[in-house]
Amino acid sequence: MRLTAQAGRVKRGRDRLAAVAALTGPAYLWLALTVFLPLSAMFYFSFLSDVPFGKRVAELTLENYAAFFQESFYRTLMLRSFRLGAEVTFYCFLFGFPCAYVLAKTIKGRWREALFLLIILPFWSNALVRVFSWTMVLRGNGVLETFVNWLVPGVGSLNLMFTYPAIVLGLVHSYIPYMILTCYLSLEAIDDSLIEAARSLGARRHAVLWRLVLPLSFPGILAGAILIFVPVVGSFMEPRILGGRAGTFIGTIIEDQFTAVFNWPLGAALSFLMLGFVLLILLFVAPLARRAA
Amino acid sequence: MTRRPRGLVRIGRLYMAGVLLFLYVPIFVMAAMSFNASRLYRLPIDWSVTWYVALAGNEKLIDAALNSVWVALVTTVLATVLGTAAALAFFRYSFPGKRVMQLLLFPPIAIPWLIIGTAMLVFFFWIGVGRGLHAIVLGHVALALPYVVVVVSARLRSFDPNLEDAARSLGATPWQATRRVTLPSIAPGLVAAGLFAFAVSFDQFVISYFLSAPGVTTLPVEIYTAIRKGFTPEINAASTIVIAVSMTLLMVVARFYRFGGER
Repeated sequence: MRLTAQAGRVKRGRDRLAAVAALTGPAYLWLALTVFLPLSAMFYFSFLSDVPFGKRVAELTLENYAAFFQESFYRTLMLRSFRLGAEVTFYCFLFGFPCAYVLAKTIKGRWREALFLLIILPFWSNALVRVFSWTMVLRGNGVLETFVNWLVPGVGSLNLMFTYPAIVLGLVHSYIPYMILTCYLSLEAIDDSLIEAARSLGARRHAVLWRLVLPLSFPGILAGAILIFVPVVGSFMEPRILGGRAGTFIGTIIEDQFTAVFNWPLGAALSFLMLGFVLLILLFVAPLARRAA
Repeated sequence: MTRRPRGLVRIGRLYMAGVLLFLYVPIFVMAAMSFNASRLYRLPIDWSVTWYVALAGNEKLIDAALNSVWVALVTTVLATVLGTAAALAFFRYSFPGKRVMQLLLFPPIAIPWLIIGTAMLVFFFWIGVGRGLHAIVLGHVALALPYVVVVVSARLRSFDPNLEDAARSLGATPWQATRRVTLPSIAPGLVAAGLFAFAVSFDQFVISYFLSAPGVTTLPVEIYTAIRKGFTPEINAASTIVIAVSMTLLMVVARFYRFGGER
C-alpha cells in the first residue's frame, strides 16, 4: 500500500516534470538556437584569425583583442561611445524626472492615464522612423531654422545636422520615455502623506526633494539609466543618420566589420569588449542599487 | 491637506506639455513633409499627395511592406503560442531551475541589438541557415518571446487556479481544462501579447538589417537603405504609414492591457 503511494508520488513528480518540459521546451529551445548559441558562437569567433567557412583556415588567436589595446583608435571610439551613453542618460534624467514627477504627483484620474499613454506610445513605435523625423527638423532650411529665424530674424544657418549635438538630441528623443516610465513607477509608489508630513514638520521644498523624493525614487532612476545607457553605447543607426561624418562610434565600427569590411572575428571581439565594459560598469552600480533597495 | 501653490503646479503642467511637444513635433513635421510636393522639402508646404501616389507605384517599398506584415504575422503566432505555453508552466508548477529560466528571458531584451543581431548573423551563416526572411522570423520570435511571457504571466496572476482544478475534478483532461477554462479567461492577455509581438516585429530594424538577404527585406531596412542613399519625400510617406500603423496597434493594445498605471 505504502509502496504504491510512493510510486504514485514518483509518477506524479515525473508527470509534472514532463508537463513543464513540454510547455517550456519549445520556447527555450528557440531562445537557445537564436540567442544563446549565437552569442557563444560569436564568442568563439572572436578568438579566430579568420572565419572558418569553406577552405579558409582559422587558427585560435588573441590578435583581435590585442588590436583593441594596441590601436588607440578603437580605445578612443570606445570611450566616445561610453561618453555618449553617459551624456544621453544624464539628459534623459534631467528632463525626464521632472516630467515623471508632474505626472505622478500633480495629475490625477483619466488625464494621467491619457498622458501616460501619450508618453510611452512613441517609445513602442518605430525607432528608426523617429530618428529619421529629426532630419526633417534639423536640416539646413528645415523647420527649426525657419522657426528660429522667424523668432529672431538674422540668426541665419544653425548647422545642426550631422553634428554630435544632433546625435545626442535624437537619442534623448528616442530614450527619454524609458526614464519617464521607470521614474513614474517609483514616484507613484511614494506615499503622498510622507511628503506632506515632511513639509508640515518644516522641511523646505528642496530638502524634501533631496532627502526624501530622490532617495525613494532612486531604484526607478537607476533602472531607467541602465535601460538607456546599455543600448545607447551600442547604437549605430542613430549616429549614422544624424551624425554623418561626425557619427563614428564603436557601434558603427562593429557594424562595418560585419557589413562592409567583413572582418567578423574583429567585430566579434569588439562586441564582447563593449559588453564586458558595460558589465563592469553595471557591477560598480550594483552595490548602489542594493543600498537603495 | 497642504495645497501647493497653484503657480508651481501650472509651471509643471506647462513643462509636461513641452516634453510632449518635444516627443511629437518631429513626427508631425515628418508627416507634414510627406504631403509637401517640393522634393527639396521647401517651406511653406505645397500640399499634395504626389508622394503617396509615387509610393503606391514603388514596388521595392511595397514588397518590403508586404514582407514586414508577413514576418510580423508569423512572429505573432509563433511567439504567442510558445510564450503562452512557457507562462502557463511558470504559473502552474514550481520546479528546480524556474528562477534561472525566468532570468534567461532578459538577455534577449537587455543585450544591445547590435550584438544579438551580429551574433545571429554569424551563427546562422555558420550552421547553414543563412540570411533571408526565414532568418528574420527566427530572430523576431526570440525578441518577442520575453514580452509575451511577461504580458501573459501578468494576466495569469488574476486567474484563479481553483477553476482549473474544478474542471479537472469534473473529468476534463489537462488539455481540455486549459483550452476550455484557462485560455478563454486570459484571452485579453493573449490578445495584448499577440499585438505586442506584432509591434515588436513590425518595428524591428537592427536584427532585420543584419539578417536580410540582398534584395529581400523588411520595410524599416528598406527605409534605412533609402535614407543612406539620399532620399525623397516618398520615404516620409512610407515612414508616416509605418508610424501610423504602429501607433494605432499600440492604442489597441492599451485597451486590452494597462501598462503599469492604475486606473
